[in-house]
Amino acid sequence: MKMNKTDALIIGAGPTGLFTAHQLKLIGLDCEIVDNLDKIGGQCIELYPDKPIYDIPAVPECTGEELTNNLINQIKPFNIKFHLKERVDEVKKEGDNWIVKTNNGTIFSTPNVIIAGGVGSFEPRKFSVKECEKFENKSVLYSIKDKSIFKDKTVTIFGGGDSALDWALELSKNSKVNLVHRRDDFRGAQATVDKVHELAKAKKIDLYTKYQMNAIKGEGQLESIDIKNDDKETKTLKTDYALGFFGLIMQLGPIANWGLNIDKKTIEVDTEKFETNQKGIYAVGDICSYPGKLKLILSGFHEGALAARACFKLARPNEKYRFEFTTSSKTIKNRLGVKSD
Amino acid sequence: MAKITYITHDNQNHTIEVQNGLSVMEGAVQNDIPGIDADCGGGMACATCHVYVNDEWFDKLPAKEEGEEDMLDMAFEPKKNSRLSCQIIVSDELDGLTVDIPLKQG
Repeated sequence: MKMNKTDALIIGAGPTGLFTAHQLKLIGLDCEIVDNLDKIGGQCIELYPDKPIYDIPAVPECTGEELTNNLINQIKPFNIKFHLKERVDEVKKEGDNWIVKTNNGTIFSTPNVIIAGGVGSFEPRKFSVKECEKFENKSVLYSIKDKSIFKDKTVTIFGGGDSALDWALELSKNSKVNLVHRRDDFRGAQATVDKVHELAKAKKIDLYTKYQMNAIKGEGQLESIDIKNDDKETKTLKTDYALGFFGLIMQLGPIANWGLNIDKKTIEVDTEKFETNQKGIYAVGDICSYPGKLKLILSGFHEGALAARACFKLARPNEKYRFEFTTSSKTIKNRLGVKSD
Repeated sequence: MAKITYITHDNQNHTIEVQNGLSVMEGAVQNDIPGIDADCGGGMACATCHVYVNDEWFDKLPAKEEGEEDMLDMAFEPKKNSRLSCQIIVSDELDGLTVDIPLKQG
């Protein structure tokens, strides 16, 4: 197995993780970034890409997506390696280094691990009916990898956003589709909503609004699902698959097992290096806590800048870190690939 | 100031005084009431501060703003009387409000 060696590994590609990477590269350290989402930006891109933010210093107004794109632009000169759709599962000490493993089997060896994980990793929200676990990844799914498995089968889709609606439209071509949603209004794009209603009228999709899953049945294999509405009326739908599209939720996940001091889903750090109780593991952004902590993006930037300086000591034990300004330092300008005056 | 009662899923009552202007979510988080996660910190972006408001109070509360119902689609076991507690702002009029906290937030 190939070992990826780096001066610092950043967990989380949200705004704090991205700016921390910028700070590391600026002072001459290399780094790589791991994130469980399939895209860069963390909560900014997953929770509020279109919502305006008004408290980024010197940026009067920008959306979550714009902020993310600006941060990506800012680190462009550095060519940083991202490992998306990977979740860090294990962090273990080996000599002076941390050995970090992801759920994809990628392994890193690094003296510095910076956790910029927000409230944890984004995972799909699941059905509240507990028995669904028995069928999970077989006939109860929260994402689709191979749509051919649904051909000529009955698929029951739950949800009212674009994922649920898009898949209902797509799968209705080759499968019998039930679409179940808790209310009459859908929050997907209007054109998609119209199309769904059209297909429902033409009996190509069976639409059940104001219903939610109440029970799931089957011995070994999924046979049927009971749905119930607010007036306690129940219907039984025979189905081969149940798909849930309820968006993502943040789970602290494996971070809880790395021997860190955790209180209320946040990691305790000092305010000099933003180091945790484990030497060489730092926490920055929403996931860290210390007296006076403010959960603002701007705090994450400050925390990342200081954690990056702390990384220097462990990554370059025989060198002395020298503070320099981007306005005047030739070395920094070289790293950025800009001309010096 | 308003006295707000939070009933957790194991039927424990927690009655606390919450300052005007705070949200019902903040009242819970600041007083360590279990069961309200509020992952996004009150931005109506995560549906993890979901509560049930009893019928009597439900109609007295200011109506949901656009977007709250969309977020509730993602909540754990939403019902007719579901609200996001970050969107209920405490005032004297809410004195006596009781909310039930669901089994979990996701």
